[in-house]
Amino acid sequence: MRKIILLFFLALNASLYSQSIESFKLAQLQNIIQSPSDKILVINFWATWCAPCIKELPLFEKLNQENKNVEVILVSMDYDLDPNIQKVERFQARKKIQSRILILTESDPNSWIDKIEKKWSGALPATLVINSKNNKREFAQGELGEAQLQKLITNVTN
Amino acid sequence: MKMIVSTLLIALLWAGAPIKDGYDVGDTAADFKLKNVDGKFVSLSDFKAAKGFIVIFDCNTCPYSKAYNERIIALNNKYASNGFPVVAINSNDASQSSGDSYDEMVKIAKKKEYNFPYLIDETQSVAKSFGATNTPHVFVLTKELKVTYIGAIDDNARKPESVTKKYVENTVDALLAGQAVSVTKTKTIGCGIKWKRV
Repeated sequence: MRKIILLFFLALNASLYSQSIESFKLAQLQNIIQSPSDKILVINFWATWCAPCIKELPLFEKLNQENKNVEVILVSMDYDLDPNIQKVERFQARKKIQSRILILTESDPNSWIDKIEKKWSGALPATLVINSKNNKREFAQGELGEAQLQKLITNVTN
Repeated sequence: MKMIVSTLLIALLWAGAPIKDGYDVGDTAADFKLKNVDGKFVSLSDFKAAKGFIVIFDCNTCPYSKAYNERIIALNNKYASNGFPVVAINSNDASQSSGDSYDEMVKIAKKKEYNFPYLIDETQSVAKSFGATNTPHVFVLTKELKVTYIGAIDDNARKPESVTKKYVENTVDALLAGQAVSVTKTKTIGCGIKWKRV
């Protein structure tokens, strides 16, 4: 009996965090980028192997929880090196990440990096901030501090 | 009035000038002098017999650098004798990435038996002048240091056996054959160079 209860809680725990991982193709991601939204979209490109990405993750989590005008989407780029999506799910569970996570399941990055953002070299981390109401857009490559992230949001707000 | 207009025009032109962010294809690169893992300083001009160079901004720690490590060694094995040696440069700030320190570079070069220079760009000035952003990030240069290709080694980081476009090999093959380079710029996912905090 104890074993069953334990299994139940393990399953519950896994489902709490793993259900929100979505596999996305480029067209679906482009659709998110281009669709009208009431909120400012903050799209962070990251990977579980990327140390500076993991370092700045709490900033995005905090932003997502505290700023109701912002929606954070964490786009994992892990697939390019490792198609095993479970690695990202385990990471999400371990770090108890609440923001929405997508995994971009596309190969041949040269064919699609420019379609996401021309200024992007493909280096991680990278962050795209979009306000669909005024068509303002900001892009930053490299690890962000809180003030830099806030500035990107301010720049697309006004 | 005329002066105001011309001042405004100059200001406009100034503001509209593109910010130069490293080299583009067709630019001529500046030579450099950086310390190699054997303690000696290396410049491109030291390679008297070279027909060109495969300059690769690389490091010890990045998973993409690891994925491409054998392919980088193979590039040098294939092309150094044809006059296109690999020159690898590590520009990562070791204070943020201790595995990329000079001592660690020496270790990996020994372990992997690098038969090409692996240079430390401690001030990051070479990465900045080239406009390198990722590891590994390749710049194929002619003997005259004209930039002919910028980008990825090939189109499949994960599986060398599934590569369909060997960008760097195709570039060097074309240059050796005196033909035009068909793909001159590519992008790929990779680790950002760890810049020093200012």
